[in-house]
Amino acid sequence: MNRRITNLFSRVLLHVVIIFIAFAWLMPTLGLLVSSIRNRNDVLSSGWWTVFRHLLDFEQYTLENYTEVITASGMGRAFLNSLIVTIPSTIIVIIIAAFAAYAFARMEFRGRHVLFVVVVGLLVVPIQMTLIPILRIYNGLGLAGTFYGIWLAHTAYGLPFAIFLLRNFFGALPKDIFESAFLDGASHHTAFFRLALPLSVPALASLAIFQFLWVWNDLLVALIYLGGTEKVSPLTLRLSSLVNSLGQNWQLLTAAAFISMILPLVLFFSLQRYFVRGILAGSIKG
Amino acid sequence: MVREKIVMKRSNIWPWIYIAPALLILAFFLVYPIINTFYLSFLDKGSESFIGLSNYIFAFTKKPMLIAFRNNLLWLIVFTVFTVSLGLILAVLFDRVRYESVVKSIIFLPMAISFVGAGVIWKFVYTYRPAGTPQIGFLNAVLSKFPNFEPIGWLVNKLTNNFALIFVGIWIWVGFCMVILSAAYKGIPKELLEAARIDGANELQVFRRIIIPMMKPTIAVVATTMVINVLKVFDIVYVMTNGQFDTEVIANRMYKEMFQFHNFGRASAIAVILLLVIIPVMIINVRRFREQEALR
Repeated sequence: MNRRITNLFSRVLLHVVIIFIAFAWLMPTLGLLVSSIRNRNDVLSSGWWTVFRHLLDFEQYTLENYTEVITASGMGRAFLNSLIVTIPSTIIVIIIAAFAAYAFARMEFRGRHVLFVVVVGLLVVPIQMTLIPILRIYNGLGLAGTFYGIWLAHTAYGLPFAIFLLRNFFGALPKDIFESAFLDGASHHTAFFRLALPLSVPALASLAIFQFLWVWNDLLVALIYLGGTEKVSPLTLRLSSLVNSLGQNWQLLTAAAFISMILPLVLFFSLQRYFVRGILAGSIKG
Repeated sequence: MVREKIVMKRSNIWPWIYIAPALLILAFFLVYPIINTFYLSFLDKGSESFIGLSNYIFAFTKKPMLIAFRNNLLWLIVFTVFTVSLGLILAVLFDRVRYESVVKSIIFLPMAISFVGAGVIWKFVYTYRPAGTPQIGFLNAVLSKFPNFEPIGWLVNKLTNNFALIFVGIWIWVGFCMVILSAAYKGIPKELLEAARIDGANELQVFRRIIIPMMKPTIAVVATTMVINVLKVFDIVYVMTNGQFDTEVIANRMYKEMFQFHNFGRASAIAVILLLVIIPVMIINVRRFREQEALR
């Protein structure tokens, strides 16, 4: 009897602790969302949680903050820039990495092992080591401040991980199917396009999500190679300068932040499975 | 016959065509700049004349640099310990409830948000108003419920600001640790845990004597990943305090030397130091990779 009560007690405690942690983790983001649809005066005079006292009073909500940051603060343009930066940076990496990964996994050539060890080593190199020389070259070639420059840079920074992930995936595909394909006279090109790629769709999807989020959420690379002009600034760069210029205008700042998060959140909720799978596959690297 | 086949494959040009684009980009964007940055770190401000180790002497003696090193060390310890241990605890706790996938999503969610976005979110949480006025920052508002609490400027106060920033990092990365550790935890045979419980072990003993030892390799992988992250931390500090009030970290210092002071020698030296700190992790990775290959 006594034991049953302790058992029940610890069950209840477990749920309480878990729900508390979940709430604590969700609270900051919820506060951002709520604040972004409140009036300036309300945001500055009372905490965002006070809306729950009269939740259904729709008078207190507004979308004006969003219209203002999208037009006046340039978040609309920045959203477009983020898409322009991110989509090519994702596609180019995957194409180049897939070819290289196939060669590393399935073809034989001198230096294959050494070269791949170099790729594994490059996985953890801080990009700070590359900023000054590349920026100088970019300045010389007129690539600084252009989308071409940042596409190339993001491709390079994403490559080691992409090659690593895909090479491990290609390497883990059953050997027999490749052998029987080669016996039937298939070339490496056929094996790559007809076997390796179609069988690796889940891995390619994980990689695409990773690279997309990485580039979309990046600040440093954009800061260095694109610079702060509004014409080319992606969301992160624009948002970080708004943090300084908008100061205590929290209703606008929260709306701007939410705009920068909306696409990653949609991707996250719809493709969480691939995201998790990618993390698990990539984590072998440490 | 077999020998002939191998020779034929070796002389083949196609592997090189497959890896050429990747190799060219890696050589140009990673390998060459690494070597060049090493070289630049021994030159002066404008990379014109050789000045020996001056940039490194600057890096290890000047006060702003020493503060940055101290902060990075603080990040390294607090961030790594909390992300890994909290990730492990959550993975084990969540395994016991039926709504596991929901709570996991909630903890994991910040991973999708940019550091800049997270910076704004938390700057708002930490907002400070003078005592007596309504607090609009969640943290000060909650703590104001306690008697005699004086609102704190979390990001300005030198006792709290570094921890306030580190907590943002923890909030983002715990989900990552939890996901990997949870997968490893589910790989432990449940009979093993049951057997220990039947033999009279309590939950704490099961956790310490079985779960942790069995998950050691995964914990090591997660911890090294966190160490790499923490050494490169930049965005959170850049957005939330820009290194003011003694919150600077190495990566931010490098950025300032590069863009504010245009001192490319010092900036390069700081980058080299960052790389040198990471090299042990790189060696561990390569070694681990070799072991895995040997097992295949």
